[in-house]
Amino acid sequence: MSTLLEHLPGTRRGRGLALLAGALLWFGLYQLNEHVWDWLLYGAFGLDADSRVTETVHFFVYDTVKIVLLLTVIIFAVTFLRSYMSVERTRQILGGKREGFGNVIAAGLGVVTPFCSCSAVPAFIGFVAAGVPLGVTFSFLIASPLVNEIAIGMLLTLFGWQVTVVYVGAGLVIAISAGWVIGRLRLERFVEPFVFETTLRGKVVDPSAGLTFDDRVQMSVEEVASILRKIWPYLLVGIGLGAVIHGWVPTEFFTTYAGPGSSFGVLVAVGIGVPLYSNAAGIMPMVQALYEKGLPMGTLLAFMMSVVALSLPELILLRRVLRPPLLVAFVAVVATGIVAVGYLFNALLGT
Amino acid sequence: MEIKVLGSGCTNCQNLEKAAREAVASLGVDATIEHVTDPAEIAAYGVMRTPALVVDDDVVMSGRVPTTQTVRELLVARSS
Repeated sequence: MSTLLEHLPGTRRGRGLALLAGALLWFGLYQLNEHVWDWLLYGAFGLDADSRVTETVHFFVYDTVKIVLLLTVIIFAVTFLRSYMSVERTRQILGGKREGFGNVIAAGLGVVTPFCSCSAVPAFIGFVAAGVPLGVTFSFLIASPLVNEIAIGMLLTLFGWQVTVVYVGAGLVIAISAGWVIGRLRLERFVEPFVFETTLRGKVVDPSAGLTFDDRVQMSVEEVASILRKIWPYLLVGIGLGAVIHGWVPTEFFTTYAGPGSSFGVLVAVGIGVPLYSNAAGIMPMVQALYEKGLPMGTLLAFMMSVVALSLPELILLRRVLRPPLLVAFVAVVATGIVAVGYLFNALLGT
Repeated sequence: MEIKVLGSGCTNCQNLEKAAREAVASLGVDATIEHVTDPAEIAAYGVMRTPALVVDDDVVMSGRVPTTQTVRELLVARSS
């Protein structure tokens, strides 16, 4: 794998122009997306625009291209901005914080710190061994996947800023209060003892230090490629399900069983969402299709949150540092928070 | 030169190990490469984002998968 920047002009001006060309190309593709598929499916292949099969196929190909384009730009921008922040700096900020205020700061930092749940274990040990309180550490670990950049970017483009603000606010409240509750429960005895015995040796390397503009661009490009490589199966399955729901499920089906009037809608959504593991980008097309079918926003937000915040692979990783009672408490507290948010927003937003 | 790749065994960590092996091979230096998966040991290095690259017990990079070229530069900087 050679670096992208080696293929770009050496001068600053040349690179600026290359970035600009990339942006224009992206914009052109985004604008053309729908027209190309309309022309190809209805014109060139002569498919019947009113047939369900055609509509489903159109939804699938159009959404796949649109979401890949959106993800490219969102991941690039967020990685670039986040390269100015690091987990090491976050830990330093959280070091002297007490519970309460510390939970608020931790949840906020969970949103802006570059972090992947595959690093949950070393980060957990690093935080706790450095004296960050358990509950504060959890606020960070909950907020990080729950209020993540991809979810924010996708919600913003697909549902507008109001829903996004509601989502981010609710996510922060869950992370703050769940972390606080876990701290209050005094569950330190259910953390594997080696975590507290870990002594940090050597000097801490801040990966964000000393990066040049070129490094940050290069990192952002690598991140786009690495995330897309990782999530494309989830993306295709999610868009496929979205297309099927869009084309084949009658509206009455959902409004009868999970409509605004249903008292179990949110519980069922969270019950399905917790064991499901996907990426925020993978479930967004499904959420969008379900919204068209009249599912209330509170139920959908709860569904999304339960899919991204709690996942089996992450729990298996965390089992190396947490004993089962603490893991159960973690899942229970977060799931309860998500259910509460779902019902609250269904009540506030009406339909 | 003693090189360690810190990581949970995820894809990124394997990619880093591959990049490290390629860099060592292309430089022709005498080096051992070890893959550390024990979370306690990883955390003891102060690393909070895997994968990380450790050369002679110093963390030289963490939280990203560098290209083989970048690893080469890191190793050259260390050995001089």
